[in-house]
Amino acid sequence: MPKDSATGTGIGASTKRREDVRFLTGNGNYTDDINVHGQAYVHFLRSDVAHGRINGIDTSAAEGMPGVVRIFTGKDFEGIGGLPCGWQVTDKHGEVMKEPGHPVLAQGKVRHVGDPVAAVVADSLAEARDAAEAIILDIEELPAAVNMKAALEPDAPKVHDDLSDNLCYDWGFVEENKGAVDEAIKNAAHVTTLELINNRLVANPMEPRVAVADWNRSNDEYTLYTTSQNPHVIRLLMGAFVLGIPEHKLRVVAPDVGGGFGTKIFHYAEEAFCTFAAKACKRPVKWTSTRSEAFMSDAHGRDHVTKIELALDKDNNFTAIRTETLANMGAYLSTFAPSVPTWLHGTLMAGNYKTPNIYVNVKAVFTNTVPVDAYRGAGRPEATYQLERVIDMAARELGVDPIALRRQNFITEFPYATPVAVEYDTGNYPATMDKLEEIADLAGFDARRKESEAKGKLRGLGVNCYIEACGIAPSNLVGQLGARAGLYESATVRVNATGSISVMTGSHSHGQGHETAFPQVVAEMLGIDASMIDIVHGDTARGPMGMGTYGSRSLAVGGSAMVRATEKIINKAKKIAAHLMEASEGDIELKNGQFTVAGTDKSVAWGDVTLAAYVPHNYPLDDIEPGLEETAFYDPSNFTYPSGAYACEVELDPETGKVTVERFSAADDFGNIINPMIVSGQVHGGIAQGIGQALLENCIYDENGQLLSASYMDYAMPRADDVPFYAVDHSCQTPCTHNPLGVKGCGEAGAIGSPPSVINAVIDALQSGGHKVAHLDMPASPSRVWAAMQG
Amino acid sequence: MYAFDIERPTSIADAVAALAKEDAQALAGGQTLIPTLKQRLAMPSVLVSLSGIAEIRGVCKDDAGLLCIGGGTTHGTVAKEAVAHYPGLAELAAHIGDPAVRNRGTIGGSLANNDPSACYPAAALASGATILTNTREIAADDYFQGMFTTALEEGEIVTEVKFPIPQSSCYMKFEQPASRFALVGVFVAKFADGVKVAVTGASNNGVFRWSEAEAALSSDFSASALEGMSLSADDMIADMHGTAAYRAHLVAVMTRRAVSAAK
Repeated sequence: MPKDSATGTGIGASTKRREDVRFLTGNGNYTDDINVHGQAYVHFLRSDVAHGRINGIDTSAAEGMPGVVRIFTGKDFEGIGGLPCGWQVTDKHGEVMKEPGHPVLAQGKVRHVGDPVAAVVADSLAEARDAAEAIILDIEELPAAVNMKAALEPDAPKVHDDLSDNLCYDWGFVEENKGAVDEAIKNAAHVTTLELINNRLVANPMEPRVAVADWNRSNDEYTLYTTSQNPHVIRLLMGAFVLGIPEHKLRVVAPDVGGGFGTKIFHYAEEAFCTFAAKACKRPVKWTSTRSEAFMSDAHGRDHVTKIELALDKDNNFTAIRTETLANMGAYLSTFAPSVPTWLHGTLMAGNYKTPNIYVNVKAVFTNTVPVDAYRGAGRPEATYQLERVIDMAARELGVDPIALRRQNFITEFPYATPVAVEYDTGNYPATMDKLEEIADLAGFDARRKESEAKGKLRGLGVNCYIEACGIAPSNLVGQLGARAGLYESATVRVNATGSISVMTGSHSHGQGHETAFPQVVAEMLGIDASMIDIVHGDTARGPMGMGTYGSRSLAVGGSAMVRATEKIINKAKKIAAHLMEASEGDIELKNGQFTVAGTDKSVAWGDVTLAAYVPHNYPLDDIEPGLEETAFYDPSNFTYPSGAYACEVELDPETGKVTVERFSAADDFGNIINPMIVSGQVHGGIAQGIGQALLENCIYDENGQLLSASYMDYAMPRADDVPFYAVDHSCQTPCTHNPLGVKGCGEAGAIGSPPSVINAVIDALQSGGHKVAHLDMPASPSRVWAAMQG
Repeated sequence: MYAFDIERPTSIADAVAALAKEDAQALAGGQTLIPTLKQRLAMPSVLVSLSGIAEIRGVCKDDAGLLCIGGGTTHGTVAKEAVAHYPGLAELAAHIGDPAVRNRGTIGGSLANNDPSACYPAAALASGATILTNTREIAADDYFQGMFTTALEEGEIVTEVKFPIPQSSCYMKFEQPASRFALVGVFVAKFADGVKVAVTGASNNGVFRWSEAEAALSSDFSASALEGMSLSADDMIADMHGTAAYRAHLVAVMTRRAVSAAK
């Protein structure tokens, strides 16, 4: 790809985000802004106990209340499919995972606080809530399985009565490695062992989930407006597996979506309910989540308990890694939950290092808590955190410099096949570390520490590397791994008669800036101004089947599809231009929006060709069809592997335990970059979420399964004054070798790369003050840090 | 919310009359009450808004040298208008919540609610303030009676708060990371006849005076006078944001810092 843009709006330009105009002026069109004539409102009556048997639901008093259209319970969904799981993991014995049913409304039992038991559809939301309060629930509370270790005990309460126990699967990866790993650890000169918790998080996108469903009685067609990162996937899952609606009768629209972070990938009960109820009630049905409902119904993230061992030889070369993880699934399997602690986690355990022997064991556990699924990074932050923490701990135990230890063990030759089944195509880890040392001014750290100490504060420096697998994913590979979906992406490039272009993409933008960055690619290829190009996304009626946005895949996979479709456009346009100029097709060149004939002064403009395509009076009708519209589906041949090195400096108040992030630096290798400003913004947001996980956020249940951190009064989100101004750099670029743009993906990097450096910095600060604290679990809240200092 | 009627009286007398109705509830700035209503955790039949009563708004100094703040005065107004008279109090008001909270929330509402993590109760108690209502005057020491509990009777309205102005003062707040209410807040006020120290956020019994620290500081107003002094953790709040021992520890830290920073 050329990097110099003729128009100044192509690849490499930090074009301002065109979508921000409508977002910042209050003109966004979010799902809650959509109201359908005659719509009714649904209120879900949710379980207030974590585990209970439903002995009865008496709706008789509520039925007759003002405004009530209809009241639904689990009985109304008998014979209708449950929410499907999109990934089947096979365990270390070759057995498939346990896959319990997930009814739209609870049937027989409630299994977490927030589990929907009944739904009231009424003329107004207030009337729906009033009637819901008149429903008499007879729920016999049962002991709850909350703690994962306890949930695996033989006498633990069973989340699902029809399963033998609460173990979803026991996964070993790579099982054939296990003997060699055990042997290497036995023979190691040094083994560092770390037990840690990767804290449960609530994604908290600014916009809560919303669903508006409409059913057209004249043609039996449904339309669902929903807050989704992947409307086509919802159409397939809900249509085929839950409600039995064929795709041609079901349109799913995900308009402006105010943040997803993974939690809006999944198919949720509420959107299936609204679609079902719209026909049952012959009225459009709308649901808008409250923030309180979001806390107890949006899929949560992380929640791993891990033991990791790192073995080193006498020269400090890594020789083996062995991990054991308990991964919380919650009460039901959310759409992609089983894949997160396995294929998105185990495959990344090599990190940036040439460790020859790696074995990962993961036990996935059902508990009476909200389902857990992908959250920004999804498995890769968990892998990175444990690996980069244990390396730091090893460096401290061995008395060596943590950066030098990392550098010594870096993978330096590519392609590199890891012992955990993936092949890194390219990278330059020493270069990102060099860049980090420069932008973080690591040389100046000692002076800054002295300044902090003069103020009575401790100062710590934490460094880590990360690698992630993005651009998910080759469909045939993930199919072998248990995915029940393809992970290609689609694009249709529709050139209009006057030369403007609509690009229909299967990727979905919910904050990533696709509407700005994607046109830059097409503009570059055609040599026209990006303002002539619009991106159309988020509507199954307007574009081909697409797989949506998650896993930092949109540019690497969706962008590649767009390139392929644009190449088809160029090929056809050249044929038309050749005809117009009476030249040979092979001599046609396209530059700056002009078609020329090599070696002559003949030229036709982009608009002449596009007009000819639709007004084919002078046109090679014998050879090609009129029109200029092309579709491409792109299926990647490998994952992409962004990498980087991060540094965090914290100041710690030894009297209160409060940690503040004073400096944060990120040197990333994202391969080629389309819009550097948007990339920086993605990194900024990711780091803020990583700092949030490391210092603030914690989703906590009590022993009865009550959600204690159920609102912003107790769940600490990062705020502007919790994060510093960042130093970010993405000038280290090793382009991806297998996609046409050479891009890798940047959406999750910040959230993956930042938690370990924050905790490494906190430990460094504590140690500098003489506190022998080897590890501290996230979040490093003031009270935890202070307690650790008390010994 | 449940349905309710709203009344907007313009005088204390009309407000008192409106509050006599069954299940009537006074609405000040609404920073606690409105979220409570939205959660359907309260079901008043009538909300009596106090925001239209001009006579309970404003900040002034009276002839006795007391700083008088109308019960309906917002935190934002106190932050601006008390600064010349009582900077420690203005500083406290300037750091309650965020701008939206400060432009709606009122001193009377805060004192009537007596949230155990609210800031104003510490200032009122450490200043030896007097809380005036539509019927009487109540000394701060008699007013605060435990978490969310005050000497106010049903239908009684906080009309004014009179603060003796200390020679120097400071409020030090350690914020709970999520809500940013006081995990522990300490108000230190040094008067000619002694020092008062009031603590919010920490105790299961709500805001309290730390008499041992007061005695030490009254004879030596310096952080070093508090060396080695600690509070029992027995009655301290324990939750996910901090143990009782942590809160007891923070009280001592915040008190020392308040003394050092007092002006």
